[in-house]
Amino acid sequence: MKKKWVSPVLTLALSVVLVALLFLLQGNASDYILRISRLCAINIVLALAMNLINGFTGIFSLGQAGFMAIGAYTTALLTIPAAKKQMMFMIAPIVKPLDTLTLPFGVALVLGGLMAMALAFVIGLPCLRLRGDYLAIATLGFSEIIRVIITNMQNVTNGAQGLKSIPANATVWWCYGVAFVAILFMALLTTSSYGKAFKAIREDEVAAESMGVGLLYHKMLSFMLSAFIAGVGGGLLAAYNGTIGPDMFRVTQTYNVLMIVVMGGMGSISGSVAAAFIVTIGQEYLRVLDGPISIGSFHTDGVSGMRMVVFSVLLLVVIIFFRNGLFGTKEVTWRSIGKRLSALSGHGKEGAKA
Amino acid sequence: MGVFLQQLANALCVGSLYALLAIGYTMVYGVLRLINFAHGEIFMMAMYIVFYGISLFYLPWYAGFLLTIIITAMLGVLSERLAYRPLRDAPRISVLISAIGVSYFLQNLATVVFGGRPLTFPQVALFTDVVDIGGVKIQQLGILVPLIAAVLLVLLMFLIKKTRTGLAMRAVARNYDAARLMGIDLNRTIAITFFIGSAMASVGAIMWGLKYPQISPTVGSMPGIKCFIAAVLGGIGNTTGAVLGGLMLGFVEIMLVATFPQLSGYRDAFAFVLLIVVLLVKPTGLLGEKATEKV
Amino acid sequence: MSQHVLEVSHATMQFGGLVAVNDLCMYIDKQEIVALIGPNGAGKTTAFNMITGVYKPTFGMVALNAQNITAMRPDRIAGRGIARTFQNIRLFSALSVHENVEIAQHLRLQSSWMSSTLRLPKYRRETKAITKRTDDLLHYMGLTSVRNEVAGSLPYGMQRKLEIARALAPSPALLLLDEPAAGMNPSEAEELQSLIRGVRDRFDIAVLLIEHHMDVVMGLSDRIYVLNYGNLIASGTPAEIQRDDSVIAAYLGVDEDDA
Repeated sequence: MKKKWVSPVLTLALSVVLVALLFLLQGNASDYILRISRLCAINIVLALAMNLINGFTGIFSLGQAGFMAIGAYTTALLTIPAAKKQMMFMIAPIVKPLDTLTLPFGVALVLGGLMAMALAFVIGLPCLRLRGDYLAIATLGFSEIIRVIITNMQNVTNGAQGLKSIPANATVWWCYGVAFVAILFMALLTTSSYGKAFKAIREDEVAAESMGVGLLYHKMLSFMLSAFIAGVGGGLLAAYNGTIGPDMFRVTQTYNVLMIVVMGGMGSISGSVAAAFIVTIGQEYLRVLDGPISIGSFHTDGVSGMRMVVFSVLLLVVIIFFRNGLFGTKEVTWRSIGKRLSALSGHGKEGAKA
Repeated sequence: MGVFLQQLANALCVGSLYALLAIGYTMVYGVLRLINFAHGEIFMMAMYIVFYGISLFYLPWYAGFLLTIIITAMLGVLSERLAYRPLRDAPRISVLISAIGVSYFLQNLATVVFGGRPLTFPQVALFTDVVDIGGVKIQQLGILVPLIAAVLLVLLMFLIKKTRTGLAMRAVARNYDAARLMGIDLNRTIAITFFIGSAMASVGAIMWGLKYPQISPTVGSMPGIKCFIAAVLGGIGNTTGAVLGGLMLGFVEIMLVATFPQLSGYRDAFAFVLLIVVLLVKPTGLLGEKATEKV
Repeated sequence: MSQHVLEVSHATMQFGGLVAVNDLCMYIDKQEIVALIGPNGAGKTTAFNMITGVYKPTFGMVALNAQNITAMRPDRIAGRGIARTFQNIRLFSALSVHENVEIAQHLRLQSSWMSSTLRLPKYRRETKAITKRTDDLLHYMGLTSVRNEVAGSLPYGMQRKLEIARALAPSPALLLLDEPAAGMNPSEAEELQSLIRGVRDRFDIAVLLIEHHMDVVMGLSDRIYVLNYGNLIASGTPAEIQRDDSVIAAYLGVDEDDA
C-alpha cells in the first residue's frame, strides 16, 4: 500500500546525505575538484533554465547567452568593491550610482535574475508570437544585440575590456544551494497545473489553445522564468570565474548549454542534472588531454580545443542517433527506482522458486 | 559628394556579398524547411581553403578560387548527407539542433586544425587594386563583386526557372511529400541544392576575404546570422527575395554608419533590429507568401 | 422564445479570393444535437473554426448564450464554454490519459503560478477537485484502466473517447465534435450514438457535430444543417433533409438527362 509520506521522507533523507557529502567535499577535496564540482552545479542551473523553455514548453529559444550576460554583469557590478570598480573603468568612468553601490551576493544574484526577467518580458512580447524557426533566430538575434550593447556601453559595462576582480562568492554552498532550489522549483512547477499547460503547448499548441490554455500568457511565463534562472546562473558564473567580458556570452555559450540539455533529454529534470555532471566532468577530463590553451581574451568557456571537437561530434551523434537523450521526458522518481528494484528482486525470487 | 558615392559603392559591394550568402540559406530553407546554422561555417571553411590553397600549394589565384568553390560545395553536400539526411523524418527541432551541431563542430575543428590566431587572406591585385573613377577611389572589387554576383544570380535564376533540376527544386520546396510521391529523386535534388548554396557561399567568402582579409574560426558567425536575416527580410524560400534582402541589409548598414559614425560600434546590431521589425510587421518578408496551417 | 445556446448570424469566411463559408446562419438550443453535413470541402470545419475562434470571421457574428464571442481568442472562447474535438485527433500524445483531461481544466484554475508552485492550500484543494473530476470522466468513458497510459499509445477508438472526455472536462455549454465517427465500423458507430446521447443528458449540454456517417447523423440529430460550397442549402429535421432535392443533388450530383 503506497503511503503518501514515503516520498518526502526519502527526499529529506537524500538531502541530508547530500549535505553531508558537500561538507566532506568542502573539507577534504582539492581545489581543483572543488572547482569542477562548483561548475557542475552552475551548469545544472543553466541547463534547467534552458530546459524549461525549450524542453518543457517546446519553444526553441536561443537567447540564453543574452540572459546569462545580464545576470552576470548585474551580479558583477553589484559585488565588485567600489574602489576596484572605479579603477577598472579606464576608458570611461563608471556611471553613478554603480560606482559606489555594492550589495550582498544573494541580493545581487536575485537582482540579476530579475533584470534578465524584465528583458525577457520585452523580448518575449514580439518574439513569442513567431513560428518555431523564426523564433529561434529572433531570440538569437536579441542575444547578440545584448552582447553588442554590452560591448558598447563603456561607462556601465566597461565595454570590451570586461570586468575583473569579481569576488569569489560562488562557494560550494552557494552553487549547490542555488542548484538545489532550482531543481526543487522546476520539479514543483513542472508537475503543477501550469507545468502541464507548458507541456500541452509543447505537444500541440492548437489543441492547447482550444482547451483554454492562453498561449501568449503561458509562453511568456515560461520564457520569463527561464530567463530569471539563466540570469541567476549567469551571476553564479561571474562569481565563479572572477572575470567576465562580452566574448563570454557569444552564441556558443547557448550552444554549450543546449548540448547538456539535449544529452540529458529535453523535458527531463533528472536528465539535465545528470548531463550537467557528465558533460562538465567530461569536458574537464578531456581538457587534461588537451594541453594548456589560453589565447588572449578567450576564457575557459570559449576555448576550443580537441575536447570541443569531440563534444561537438558527441552532440551530433546524440541528436542523430539518440534524439531523446539520456532520459527523454522521463524523470527519476522514487517510484521509478522502487519499480526497478522490485523488478530486480522479483527476478531473484523467480530464480529461487525455480 | 565623392564620399557619398564611395559609401554607395561600398554599400552595393557589401550588399552583394550578403546576397550571395543569403541565397544559400534561402535555398536550403525552401527545400528542407531548415535554417542551416552551419552555413556561416561553410563560408568560413571556404576562406581557409583559399588561404591554404594559395599559400601552401602556391596555386595561382584563379585555380585556388575555383578549387575552393568545388571543395566547399562538396563540403556542403557532405554535411547534408551526414547530419541532415538521417533526420529527414525527425521532428523539426532535431534537425535545427543538428545544424547547430555542425556549426559548432566546424568552428571547433577549424580552431584545432588551423589554429585560433587570425590569418590574412591572400591579396589578388585584380580585385584589391584601387581605381580612380571621377575622383572617387574604390577598390576594383567594388565593381567586380556586384558584377559577379549579378551574373551568378542570372545563371541561378535560369537554372531554377528553366531547367528540370530547378523545377524539381521548386516542387520539393512547394510540397515535400507530393514531390516525393511524384518520383522526384529527393536525395539528388537536396544534394544539388546544398551544392549550389555552398558554392554561392564560397564565392561570397572569397569576395569577402578580398575585402576584409582577416580570417579566424569565428569569421563566419556574424555574416552567417546576418545573411539568414537578409534571407528572412526578402522572404525566406524566395531566391530573388534573398538577393533583395542582402542588398537592403548592406545598404542600411553602410549608409547608417556613414551618416551616424558614432553608431559604428552598433553596426552588427542593425541587422537584428531590422529582423525584429520585419518579423513583427511582415513575417513572411518582402516577397514571401503566407502559409496557413490546416486545423 | 428562450435564448439560443449558440447563434451564428451571417458568418462569412474569406481567404483572399476564396469564400469558404458564405453568409451562414444557424442556431442551437439547449440539449439539442445538431449536425452540420455536406460534401467534402463544403466549409464545415471552417465553420467550426469560426465558432471556436481559430479563424476570425470576415463578416458576421457568433454568440454563445447571447454573449458575442465573435473573433475572440480560442482560449477565451473555451473559457466561455465551448469545447471541441478535431478531425484528425489532436491529443497531447506524449502525455498520459489522465494529464490530457487535467490540462483541459487548467483554465478554471484560480491559483496563480506562484501559489501552484508553492502548493498552497487553495491550490491543493483545486487540484483535488480536478483529479476527482478527471477520474469521474474517465470512469464514465470507460478509460479508467488506461489512466496512466501514454495517450498516443491508445487504440483509435479509445483516443476518440479520450478526446471527448477532455472536451467535457471544463463543463462546457456547447460541445463541437468534428467527425467523431470517422473510421468506425457500424457497431462502434452505434455505440458512439448512445455515448453522445448519454453525454448530452448527463452533462446537460448542446452538441454540434460534423459527420459523414449518415446513419449516425440521422440517428442522433434533432436538426441538420447542410452546407455545399460554403453555402447553407438546407436545414431541418432528418426526415425533411432526407427528402430535400437540393441536398440529394449536392451529394449525388444532378443527372445530366434530367437537367
